[in-house]
Amino acid sequence: MAVLMDSTLPTRRRPLGTLIGIAVIIAAGIIGYFLFPNNLALLTRIVATMLLVLSIDLVTGYCGVATLGHAALFGAGAYGAGIVSAHFGITEPLTMTLIGAAAGAVAGLVSGLVILRAHGLPQLVLSIAVVHLFHEVANKASGWTGGSDGLSGITTDALLGLFEFDLWGRTAYFYGIALLLIVFVLLRILVQSPFGMLARGVREDPIRVAAMGASVHSVMLRMYVISGAVAGIGGALNAISTQVVGLDSLSFTMSAEALVMLVLGGTGSLYGAMVGTVSFMWFEDVVSAANPFHWLTIVGALLIVVVLFAPKGLYGSAAAFLSRRRGGGK
Amino acid sequence: MSPKGDRGGDATVRRMDRTQHLRQKPPSALPGISPSRGEIGSRHRIKPHHKDVHPRMQTVLSIAIDALAYGMVLFVISIGLSVTMGLMRVVNLAHGAFAMIGGYLASYVTRDLGLGYAPAILIAVIATAIIAVPIERLLYRRIYGAPELTQVLMTIGITFCVIGLANYAFGPTLKTIPLPETLSGSIDLGFRAIATHRIFAIVCGVVVAFGLWFLIERTAFGIRLRAAVDNAPMAAALGVRTQLVYAVSFAVAVGLAAFGGVVGAELLPVEPYYALRYMVTFLVAVSIGGAGSIPGALIACLLLGAIDTTGRYLAPEYGEFFFYLAVIVIVTLFPRGLAGRFK
Repeated sequence: MAVLMDSTLPTRRRPLGTLIGIAVIIAAGIIGYFLFPNNLALLTRIVATMLLVLSIDLVTGYCGVATLGHAALFGAGAYGAGIVSAHFGITEPLTMTLIGAAAGAVAGLVSGLVILRAHGLPQLVLSIAVVHLFHEVANKASGWTGGSDGLSGITTDALLGLFEFDLWGRTAYFYGIALLLIVFVLLRILVQSPFGMLARGVREDPIRVAAMGASVHSVMLRMYVISGAVAGIGGALNAISTQVVGLDSLSFTMSAEALVMLVLGGTGSLYGAMVGTVSFMWFEDVVSAANPFHWLTIVGALLIVVVLFAPKGLYGSAAAFLSRRRGGGK
Repeated sequence: MSPKGDRGGDATVRRMDRTQHLRQKPPSALPGISPSRGEIGSRHRIKPHHKDVHPRMQTVLSIAIDALAYGMVLFVISIGLSVTMGLMRVVNLAHGAFAMIGGYLASYVTRDLGLGYAPAILIAVIATAIIAVPIERLLYRRIYGAPELTQVLMTIGITFCVIGLANYAFGPTLKTIPLPETLSGSIDLGFRAIATHRIFAIVCGVVVAFGLWFLIERTAFGIRLRAAVDNAPMAAALGVRTQLVYAVSFAVAVGLAAFGGVVGAELLPVEPYYALRYMVTFLVAVSIGGAGSIPGALIACLLLGAIDTTGRYLAPEYGEFFFYLAVIVIVTLFPRGLAGRFK
């Protein structure tokens, strides 16, 4: 294990890193609230997507599994939370979130069992097939999911009995930020735990990990389940804040976008996932408002520029640049 | 379901796409890829003219011919992707974009310049290949050997750009490529009438398969190509100019994509989101066939065409459920493709 740790990880200053992360998230949350008080719905959507992108980072950045089908887990969480509210009358938001996480974890187990059977391109194709299967099943089971009309009739109680989910989405927004903080701290602990190290080892060299006696498949599958729970929380947050779940939350589109956001920010650091999500969604919002005809061209050009000039993603390249500067300054 | 009516319905869907697009905030960055790859199968049904044959027989024949035509179109487009993936190890998600460019160019040449179908195919193929060469030199060459994720990001970026530009240059509506007289009718086999275009598509697929087989197995270029596929550094050390091989095979692959885009325009209609909508299908075809293998790709495309078309005829309410279920089963059984060299 020690061998695997040496190059990629700064072993010191880890608690500090987490603290900085917490501070940045809180600060960004407050700034966002005051800068865009009329656009909290968008900000909440960004937070929910961030949870999805973080969950992809767990399997892609830490285990090296390329997936274009992660929205299946997000959508499972959204439908899980939505269905218990709309059909079973469980409207307590915390319970809904937990059920969303559980649904996401189960979806993670199922899709993990399928996707992890192959590597490389076939794996990518399997993940695409899985998200399409989920999509078709949700479409067909319209009695439960509302089909292509979307699942409506989701109601939520006041959060902790105190805060009603209001029309402006303030409660949903702060609930989202709180969830993001909790998930972020838990994931930091997770990726720095021995299990997280093992996962990195699997990404670096699966054969070596297998030779050391660890089961590569079981590590990846466990990570997939955890990732499913995180994505499920994101989906549940989306269901709670918008009170509707559409088929698009299970779509290939959503998966592809989320992967693009992750790679844009940089894989394998958690921060990259968050930076990528905010940049992409903010950029998309601004550009599509400024020029609805050309926004896709500009987003495409941005992606090409990032690949050419910041191959490790925005956060990854910035971090590498800073550490190089620091190294040079010594 | 007449083809005309279907086309009209499709156009309204497109138009909705467009309004969705014009709204200030698009609901997603890639509207419209996933659900409606949809209508392929139902579009190319032919009304049976001969009532004397058993109706079930008619259905089986319709399915067989449509499946064969669809599979062949799929083959013509994906074989280029298969070659570039096997050769350059690039996960090229922009391949569909080149097929789309071909379709647009052919549509422009026939409808706006008033030229015939044959020159349209020729111009589309050559022009698309010419467009592709600088893209290969400037962009693709930088991501050879890069991690898969980087390649995915770059090629999705290229795809977005092409979609945006196509949307700008040609508008969001469906573009048709008018067929010449000789291809628009149907051939009477005595018990069954078959649309000539389906036969044309099938013939094109067969010709492409044989042409490529000849090029790769029987020419000096093919020998260099195979050497570069198997071991690029060794081939380079033996004096094969691998860069040139890369460029030429990329151009050929793109040209084939454009050819497939034109010939298959009846089955895969040309519109700006073509590039994303069918990208997944091409990727699936290559993965199942095994990158770099012509027979593998041919079998995979015919198999996928058969599964997809049959599913659409017999259980349309399930959408693509059976298609993707079959994909999972096949990939699980043959993780390296039916005849793959992909590692």
